[in-house]
Amino acid sequence: MAKKLVKGNTAVVIGALYAGSDCYFGYPITPASEVLHEASKYYPKLGRKFVQAESEEASINMCYGAASTGHRVFTASSGPGISLMQEGISYMAGAELPCVIVDIMRAGPGLGNIGPEQGDYNQVVKGGGHGNYKPIVLAPNSVQEMCDLTMLAFDLAFKWRTPTYVLADGVMGQLMESFTFPEKAVQPTIDTSWAVAGTPETRKNLVTSIFLDFQQLETFNNRLQEKYAKIAEAETRCQQTATDDADIVLVAYGISSRIAKTAMDTARKEGIKVGLFRPITLSPFPKKQLKALADKGASFISVEMSNGQMADDVRLAINCSRPVELVSRLGGNLITLDQVMDKIHALAK
Amino acid sequence: MTERIIRTKGIYDKFPRKGENNPAPSATHYCPGCGHGVLHKLIGEALADLELQDRAVMISPVGCAVFAYYYFDCGNIQVAHGRAPAVATGVSRATDKVVISYQGDGDLASIGLNETLQAANRGEKIAVFFVNNTVYGMTGGQMAPTTLVGEKTVTCPDGRDPMTQGYPLHMCELISSLKAPVFVERVALSDPKHIRGARAAIRKALQIQKEGKGYTFVEVLSPCPTNLGKSSVLNNEWINEEMAKEFPIQNFRDRTEEAQPIERAKSDFTDEALAKAFDLASLPATQENDDPNFGEAQVKISGFGGQGVLSLGTMLTAAAQAVGKQVSWYPSYGPEQRGGTSNCSVIVSGETIGSPVVYHPNLLVALNRPSLEKFKNDVVPGGTIMYDSIMGDVEIPEGVRGVAVPAQDLADAAGNPKGANTIMFGVMLELGITRLPAEAFKRALEAQFAKKPKLIPMNIEVLEYARKWVRENVK
Repeated sequence: MAKKLVKGNTAVVIGALYAGSDCYFGYPITPASEVLHEASKYYPKLGRKFVQAESEEASINMCYGAASTGHRVFTASSGPGISLMQEGISYMAGAELPCVIVDIMRAGPGLGNIGPEQGDYNQVVKGGGHGNYKPIVLAPNSVQEMCDLTMLAFDLAFKWRTPTYVLADGVMGQLMESFTFPEKAVQPTIDTSWAVAGTPETRKNLVTSIFLDFQQLETFNNRLQEKYAKIAEAETRCQQTATDDADIVLVAYGISSRIAKTAMDTARKEGIKVGLFRPITLSPFPKKQLKALADKGASFISVEMSNGQMADDVRLAINCSRPVELVSRLGGNLITLDQVMDKIHALAK
Repeated sequence: MTERIIRTKGIYDKFPRKGENNPAPSATHYCPGCGHGVLHKLIGEALADLELQDRAVMISPVGCAVFAYYYFDCGNIQVAHGRAPAVATGVSRATDKVVISYQGDGDLASIGLNETLQAANRGEKIAVFFVNNTVYGMTGGQMAPTTLVGEKTVTCPDGRDPMTQGYPLHMCELISSLKAPVFVERVALSDPKHIRGARAAIRKALQIQKEGKGYTFVEVLSPCPTNLGKSSVLNNEWINEEMAKEFPIQNFRDRTEEAQPIERAKSDFTDEALAKAFDLASLPATQENDDPNFGEAQVKISGFGGQGVLSLGTMLTAAAQAVGKQVSWYPSYGPEQRGGTSNCSVIVSGETIGSPVVYHPNLLVALNRPSLEKFKNDVVPGGTIMYDSIMGDVEIPEGVRGVAVPAQDLADAAGNPKGANTIMFGVMLELGITRLPAEAFKRALEAQFAKKPKLIPMNIEVLEYARKWVRENVK
């Protein structure tokens, strides 16, 4: 199998191309720009469609257009750009359109800086735009997963007809690791049952998110919630390492989960029973799996480069039945091993 | 008595999308005297006559025409306020079909002005129909970007005052200042003569779309008796007498004859095409082998941006990959790498790598003094700092080995003045801290210079020169 050293941002584009994506619309922003660069290089080379949009609002709406036609489209951005896209993503959720959005998180709020952070958790995982919707959110923690989860994101977006995020941090985007190319490329087809593709068989179709009638909109909203419940049932993914006998469970995703893994290994060497729980889907959040660990009496440390945004979800998942501590760095700083170890030592006492 | 109803072409006979049990299933939702109905008819008729219904996508905006999809018998997409040209771009690029963006003045000239101008400037293959009635209709008669000076609306009750509210925006004039558009014309719906003119312009715009020639823009001066507080007759007179003075009814651009069809490429999804695009055949088939006994080397390389810091790191990364070791490379990024210091972390390991960020390196390669000062105290006891001897006297922390490398002098002596980076690479190899064999480093050099194979033997010589220097000079 062909292996190559690539950056996470490049792996995203490779994953999208192998997933049968034929449209990329995007706007530059550090630390996500390499996705745009690589797309501009490879999409036209393969006859696929690339436009550098005038803004993130335009890029997400170009995505809305291409998604409406049943084509496999994606875009990438970072914090401030994702904020601008929220309107369009809400419209996509309302119109039940499949689209992949990649967020390579930087530090905020406001202009913040370009360092890595995980502060977009709430605006991505909770929906972010107006209305009662939830996107699917996948969280890679290696360059390989930047590719693999991007491919999965397309599958899920189309399976459930819902906007799907790949949520990564600046480190995941910039990191270079050895990576194995996908074995087989997806050959996409247009679903003529709903798409508006400018063809005779799709002439009667309509893509819209407007329901003037209150009852109709409530019915539609309820159907969306049922869909989200089914997604939670079918698509929740997580990776558990040494959680079986763990007294302390570190909960982390993205780069923080890599640091947490090192901390777990260090603690185990000291004889402290620490496990690592890594949500691969942040939405749906792996509540049942966390609850099972809480029921066994584990304590939790949420290791995140945000102000406890994920820790809140851990507390909800376990109904506050066990302590949930927070280890956090903000502003573009990475969590250090020492920080996590200090918290582990404090809890282990 | 037989009922005689003339059906409008391109428009549904009845409008079930208005909702179930609608008392008037074949009446539009527009107010009496409104221009939208007339414009819908003209566009529908042209779609049918040009045989476009099976290949056209109509985009409904936000505004009174938000429900355009009730009526047009073709594919329909309803979109966010002002974003129709961006959505149209996505539809057009994805399908290469006929795309129509139907928008009002608030939507097109206010909230969506950027999307409007940028789509026009890209020369997208879309037909924009712009309804200018000088007022926000759907939201209740507020001032629009096209409201005339002195015209009263809900939000300029004393009349539009240019000193505080500016002047009307002239969209045809703006659009026709751009190079890409093929056809730009302003028409009106104020009387039969003008409606005939509008009909001709609409058909021309859609013919251009049928031929795939590019961007067309038709501005339609249209009555809104409800919000202008005028009778239909007076509203139409007002269009001819007042509005047409501000917005001349005329053609602004017609490049139909010289414009050529814009060809879009066909997407290639084959494995073969992907393999070629990524040059998979040239990639080495290596497999990582877990080797817990190998241990781990944590390397930090730092210097000025442009000193080859990042590429020295990627070469080391390639060396580790060439012999099946786990490896990660993480750079400082952004403005940092364009000025000041730049650095990267490389971890070479026999097992899966945890955090890819190096805090406490076994080996620090410092290519300038600020980097050395910044990171030297992070080096683990027993670790090594390689630095360029050009820095002169430096203080190395206790318990850490310092290796001063006269990189440029050695490169010159090796007969390759451009090889200072390869010298550093060779020293790194011979010091043994990376645990990688010479074979790995040579393969990394081969990969580095794959596009200039003539340079490979030369650089391997430089590498060997550096190794020899280490054996003879470093304890």
